[in-house]
Amino acid sequence: MTAHLPVLQVVIPLMAAAVCAALRPARVAWAFAVLVSWTVFVIAVLLLREVLAGGTISYEIGGWAAPWGIEYRIDVVNAFVLLIVSTVGAVVLPYAGDSVEREIRRDQIPLFYTAFLLCLTGLLGITITGDVFNVFVFLEISSLSTYTLVAMGRERGALTAAFRYLVMGSVGATFIVIGIGLLYSVTGTLNMVDLGLRLSELTATRTVPVAFAFLTVGISLKLALFPLHLWLPNAYAYAPSAATAFIAATATKVAVYMLLRFFFTVFGATFSFDTMQLGFVLLPLALVAIFSMSLVAIFQVNVKRMLAYSSLAQIGYITLGISIGTVTGLTAGILHLFNHAMMKAALFMALGCVIYRVGSIRIEAFHGLGKRMPLTMAAFVVAGLSLVGVPLTVGFISKWYLILAVLEQGWWPVAALVLFTSLMALVYIWRVVEAAYFHPSPTDEVAAAVREAPLSLLIPTWILVVVNVYFGVDATLTVEVAGRAAEALLGVPR
Amino acid sequence: MTYNIILRIATKVLCPFILIFALYVQFHGDYGPGGGFQAGVILAAAFVLYALVYGLENCRRVLPPQVVYACMALGVLIYAGTGVVSVLLGADFLDYNVLAHGDPIHGQHRGIFWVELGVITTVFGTMVSIFYAIAGRKGLN
Repeated sequence: MTAHLPVLQVVIPLMAAAVCAALRPARVAWAFAVLVSWTVFVIAVLLLREVLAGGTISYEIGGWAAPWGIEYRIDVVNAFVLLIVSTVGAVVLPYAGDSVEREIRRDQIPLFYTAFLLCLTGLLGITITGDVFNVFVFLEISSLSTYTLVAMGRERGALTAAFRYLVMGSVGATFIVIGIGLLYSVTGTLNMVDLGLRLSELTATRTVPVAFAFLTVGISLKLALFPLHLWLPNAYAYAPSAATAFIAATATKVAVYMLLRFFFTVFGATFSFDTMQLGFVLLPLALVAIFSMSLVAIFQVNVKRMLAYSSLAQIGYITLGISIGTVTGLTAGILHLFNHAMMKAALFMALGCVIYRVGSIRIEAFHGLGKRMPLTMAAFVVAGLSLVGVPLTVGFISKWYLILAVLEQGWWPVAALVLFTSLMALVYIWRVVEAAYFHPSPTDEVAAAVREAPLSLLIPTWILVVVNVYFGVDATLTVEVAGRAAEALLGVPR
Repeated sequence: MTYNIILRIATKVLCPFILIFALYVQFHGDYGPGGGFQAGVILAAAFVLYALVYGLENCRRVLPPQVVYACMALGVLIYAGTGVVSVLLGADFLDYNVLAHGDPIHGQHRGIFWVELGVITTVFGTMVSIFYAIAGRKGLN
């Protein structure tokens, strides 16, 4: 059965999603979804181990050989992203059980798990496949289910947020499919590795740069790179807590992975960075994103929106790493994929605990929570420190490698900006800490009734917090894998 | 629509032919143009036409929303299930060659049959449920 792990990684959550829609009551659907997410996690771990030990795995769907049939191709890069996505899924789904009951209409809960599992299927599918059209199909699966998840939020704003996301997401998906179509028209193949070979032989055709532009813009919309980010803050702010934690930690990461795949495997680093001068396009956008989004985050009243803007800044850090285009830069970018997924999921889950007990996530609602919900707020503080980049947390490791990569190029002002924006992160995290620990709690009876969140929410949150600290102290595994992934993308022999 | 006798009779006459045509497109998909997606849409068109002329309530009685709803999920299971069967028989996912013992060509036919059955089920369910959701205020539930 181990030979079939690549396809089971996608098929199990897909079939489970269909089954989940029929399961009643909600608790049964939840238990089933949790079981599935754990199975998916185990498969991802086994795949990563196999790839690290034995190199690239290739699986032919339907028994059709690679350039003709659909190939699932797993190397260090996507094995790592598979692990990120499935880890977040396996931690967030157990958490969802109680959180969702407070935030979603009872009859919709099984459908929430269906949409959640479909989203998981789509994200894993984009990551695992070696076929560009298959990427588009899975992209649609994950996007459509994400719109549904966002629209299930309890406030009416959720509907407009989801609709806006739908419009922007569809534009992005259209651009991506146009790019894929153009590539197919000049090469006649859809397999990524085959495309890479054929494109390197092509010279002087206008189609390829146009395809490159369409794909870059389309994927940048999906990953919410600065000026294409407008859909993101509201989508994150209005989605149910469990959905936000999952989407924030995975969806943009998978989009970054797509970007890496297209830039390095399909088009090749030489074409992307020398011919198309990608570095000069991405670098300024990344810097503007980091600075302006951190600034906007400081002035948010809604803490969930604040973290959404912070995510946009973090996406800037990841893109900054990629835009440098060296092994160290890519290592920093890929490392931050994992690290940011862990810290942001932990932060959003801590917010979910607050919503569960307090019902609001405006900054005033946090007054006195340091005393009333000590464990939740402690989790928020530790994950927040990780976001800032304090030593002994994963955030520090990311920033360290990013600054190393920037200094390798001798870009002192950029390094200074990275440090300065870390201080800005400290400012917006501090606002919450100040509200929670230094403001007396309101004296009315509603506030007095607020207690610590139940263990079913706290345990998954704290698991991620521990991951944040563990990989901050001993980053051997993550740095090793990210480094090997970067070398694989750039084709540097080891 | 009670007095539009021509429309009512025409619908009554057309519906069985549309249903048969859907099945023709479905099964002829192996050899010519057609297949599960087109067949599913045609199949759904018969019910949409019926609902337009005879009213949504009558159509819901013929085809309860729960059934439509189950169809959407069932089709996915049939499709993916076919793939799982070939995995269990020792081949790659969706490799139809092994589906008939020792006869790859027959196996391919069998595989296509089941996969297309999955497609028609899901497409039919989705088309009708979209129509129900737009036509009725109550939606699926």
